[in-house]
Amino acid sequence: MKHSILTHETKDDVGVAVMDLKAGAEASAVTLEGKPVCVVRMTQDVPLGHKVALRNVARGKAVLKYGRPIGKAVQTIARGEHVHTHNLKTQRWNA
Amino acid sequence: MERLKANDLKLTGYRRENGRIGVRNHVVIIPVDDISNAAAEGVASLVRGTMALPHPYGRLQFGEDLDLTFRTLAGAGRNPNVAAAIVIAIEPKWADRVVQSIAATGKRVVGFGIERAGDLKTIEAAARVAKEFVQYATELQREPFTVKDLCMSSKCGESDTTSGLASNPTCGRVFERLSAAGSTLIFGETTEVTGGEDIIMSHCINKKVAADFKRCFDDYQRLIKSQGVDLMGSQPTEGNIRGGLTTIEEKAMGNIQKMGRCRVQSVLAPAAEPKGPGLHFMDSSSAAAEMVTLCAAAGSVVHFFPTGQGNIIGNPLIPVIKLSANPLTVKTMSEHIDVDLTGILRVEMTLDQAADAAMKMLERTINGRLTAAETLRHDEFVLTKLYRSA
Repeated sequence: MKHSILTHETKDDVGVAVMDLKAGAEASAVTLEGKPVCVVRMTQDVPLGHKVALRNVARGKAVLKYGRPIGKAVQTIARGEHVHTHNLKTQRWNA
Repeated sequence: MERLKANDLKLTGYRRENGRIGVRNHVVIIPVDDISNAAAEGVASLVRGTMALPHPYGRLQFGEDLDLTFRTLAGAGRNPNVAAAIVIAIEPKWADRVVQSIAATGKRVVGFGIERAGDLKTIEAAARVAKEFVQYATELQREPFTVKDLCMSSKCGESDTTSGLASNPTCGRVFERLSAAGSTLIFGETTEVTGGEDIIMSHCINKKVAADFKRCFDDYQRLIKSQGVDLMGSQPTEGNIRGGLTTIEEKAMGNIQKMGRCRVQSVLAPAAEPKGPGLHFMDSSSAAAEMVTLCAAAGSVVHFFPTGQGNIIGNPLIPVIKLSANPLTVKTMSEHIDVDLTGILRVEMTLDQAADAAMKMLERTINGRLTAAETLRHDEFVLTKLYRSA
């Protein structure tokens, strides 16, 4: 299956959609080197360039990308969901 | 596959009086203040091969803000892409201040004051000199040079998640190769590294440089707090958010991919020239036109500009090379993109192959190929203003 999500690090909670993804579709995530990471069932539409949850993240937990926290989940995030400003917030400035 | 090495590049440029290499051969007309723009543009419209650099400042500034304006204007004239310069100010003494700094490079420069002459006499006198400068500059020849004599910069803009995945790390790979071969490199964007500042500090060559970086980083964070605000809404920008970036930490991690694994040699004041080879961090705004103008004033002769959503910025003094890996941007804004890196997203192109492609475009651009921004007349010359004028 051709990949449709790219990840920076295998431990990342989120990956980047490299095409528009539709709810219900199966999406395969790989690293930039082409190493398979996982396959997720999309639960929401996610447009090109936006993030997809590759695993569940509890509310209040840090979300990892680049192998580092890029903010915290302000609601519970389920695998296959769109991750953006509605469920992920910075831990800087307003923290 | 064999990777392209920095010293494999066949480069030609103009060796200036002080030994620095330019990749363009401009004759510029620099107004010191806003009210001298008309005379500067008058000269540029009369004399073929000249370029005016109009801007909105230069009057009743003071302190550090005034120093930065002078440093930026003088830096524009000092840039090795400039063969010769004319400086015009309302007050002759102020023109002379910029002239003296440019003259220290050994290049041809003459200043004019408008007081007691008026625009028309000033334009005539300056145009006569400008004509001689153009004829001088057009006889200068390019000569071969190596990347050891290259000073270049990078700043990204309208970033999205593809910037951090692809176009920024491509720049980082190129910078690693150039840095190892002795090039001088500039990056910066003080607020936009929020969330990745520890990584920059860990890349500094020693504790002093790390402390210098931390000081300018903390200064800006304090400024934000002192205004009783935060940068939510500005960082990330609406364009970043549309492109899928959510938080400043995420944007910062993307941003700092441009430095690759290079060590940071020093922290530069805005528009200050680096004192040696390697990568330098410039304390600077993240606004594209301001940052690129500061880099040009610091002596960068060519710029890598990775973009996700499609920032269209250019600069009158230095070629700005656009790299993008976002397929939508490359398709809908193709006239603005110099290097198509969409293959990285398809996992058909490795970062090393992308770096090769970026270096080939760097070589062609240095040797005279106009960038997308140059052909489309993106001549944004934008001074950084630190605070209100008197």
